[in-house]
Amino acid sequence: MPEAEGEESSAEGSTFWSGTISFGLVSVPVNLLAANRSQRTSLRMVTEEGTRLSRRYFTAADLKPLDSDQIVRGYELEKDQFVVVEDEELEKLAPERTRDIDLRVFVDTRELDPIYFERAYYLTPAGNSTKAYRLLARVMEETGKAGIATFVMRAKEYLIAIIAENGIIRAETLRFGEEVRTPEMVGLPEPTDVKPMDVKRLEKSIEKLAQKKFDPSELKDGSAERLMKLVEKKLGSGKDVVKAQDEDDEPSDVIDLMEMLQRSLAVRDSDGDEDSAPSRPAKKPGSSGRSSSKSTATKSKPAGARKSQLQAKSKAELYRQATELEIEGRSGMSKEQLIEAIQRSA
Amino acid sequence: MAARAMWKGRIRFGDVDVPVKLYSAVQDQAVHFRLLDAKRKEPIKQQMVDPETGDVVEYASVRKAYETEDKELVILDPEELAELEPPESREIEVTRFVPLEAISHVWYDRPYYLGPDDNAAGYFALAKALRSQEREGVARWVMRKKEYVGSLRPEGDYLMLMTLRHAGEVVPASALKAPAGRELDEREVRMARQLVEAMSGEFDIAAYRDEYRERVLDLVQAKAAGKVIKFPKAEKKTEEKSLADVLERSLQVAKKEKKSA
Repeated sequence: MPEAEGEESSAEGSTFWSGTISFGLVSVPVNLLAANRSQRTSLRMVTEEGTRLSRRYFTAADLKPLDSDQIVRGYELEKDQFVVVEDEELEKLAPERTRDIDLRVFVDTRELDPIYFERAYYLTPAGNSTKAYRLLARVMEETGKAGIATFVMRAKEYLIAIIAENGIIRAETLRFGEEVRTPEMVGLPEPTDVKPMDVKRLEKSIEKLAQKKFDPSELKDGSAERLMKLVEKKLGSGKDVVKAQDEDDEPSDVIDLMEMLQRSLAVRDSDGDEDSAPSRPAKKPGSSGRSSSKSTATKSKPAGARKSQLQAKSKAELYRQATELEIEGRSGMSKEQLIEAIQRSA
Repeated sequence: MAARAMWKGRIRFGDVDVPVKLYSAVQDQAVHFRLLDAKRKEPIKQQMVDPETGDVVEYASVRKAYETEDKELVILDPEELAELEPPESREIEVTRFVPLEAISHVWYDRPYYLGPDDNAAGYFALAKALRSQEREGVARWVMRKKEYVGSLRPEGDYLMLMTLRHAGEVVPASALKAPAGRELDEREVRMARQLVEAMSGEFDIAAYRDEYRERVLDLVQAKAAGKVIKFPKAEKKTEEKSLADVLERSLQVAKKEKKSA
């Protein structure tokens, strides 16, 4: 089934892509992980009795339920006139760029206007050497440069700036020029003359509140805190608290992003003489099944996927995996067909 | 055409009070698709369903619940949720000013322009003061029943309000450990630096267009007209050699390109 608009944001934190950053003829294999995690306090929709609800699709005319393979993606050409577009067609529009972040130019990081910044992703070294990664990080940090590239991920083209900080490389997606308005476009009035005395007075007021550093704890979320207080009160009294039933499809996206990032950054050079860490540490006993169900474990090792493991996944998960593997014809496949195709291509 | 203001408020700190109008600084250019019934090519309807019974649950009886780590659901009544809403206010309260760039880009969410409302002189004076001080303010406000934290910053002659993500929503780089490995080879570092410098240029946003979006729109038009669709072919990648060799060759290519440019 084609992903609905906005699906990307629901996968926040678990967004996973692997490819290469290239500059000149050098390629650096990387994994990409969102630096933003979904809010801890996002709420679930339930019935009045507390059964978790699922989102389902129906025909508009007679409300017949539709399976995911009965749904296609359409572009509205004119009112009520649609052109069907398949995922595979969208993918074929950018064959050379889906796996490669090709840095064309390096610019001074300070030259990048904040108005363009959209979202941050961390890039972590993939493959069995961190050398090229560390080299790029060090040089970009020392020169204060950011690499600029465009690339396509999940049917959208991104303009990105690759920035290094503390030895870690991240990609900031940037808005395209046509997505940003200028003050003229908004219709802001021409600047008027200001009295130097007024500016002086304002500067004094600003200085009174000035600090050298920014403390991220100022970004606390008051609404979320109030919500958590209410939740704790209700948990204490037991009022309106029900045990959730097990879900068979659509496992929730709760993953420990921090742990995933740390693990992903802990790759060591395999050709080195230093202490050889295992390329991928064993799953922590504490981590629950859902935390690994669709992130590192599935994406990094589709080759080892056995049928029973695949069988246990939801169709949406399998579809996502098929997208990663660029399996053709996947949008029309049943769950069984997806499993077979994933096994074949792995 | 001038945009309509989304909201009106007042910037407040100390004895400063500057009325402003707020405008979105971004415009959506995404190609939007709709989900269709494959057979009838008609838009479909989305509804919430009780998975146990298969029954559709009407909006009025849908409740929201917080799910704990122990898989307990705490059901929250609409009245309780309404009580959590922040009180309405027109104040954009600036609590602090920090040097520009003190707030990492990873916190940035959405940019809004602020325009003057009545007091244009006060507005432009504040923009000028922030610019000359090279500072941005940390601001809090409530807009459409939602609480925001943002950065009040100068943008040219104007003021901009950049919404920031809340603490906990972003993993800062400082909380992560950089990948480790053997000491880097100084010769390779030198070559890589030369390569980055050879590839350096000015940042020109106008040089980048969402070409993929244009291709998608072309595809749609071609399909509508019943034309044969041509897809671009993938390029083959050359195989890898040692890092030093690759750097060396890249440098040669980059230098040659710079000369001919």
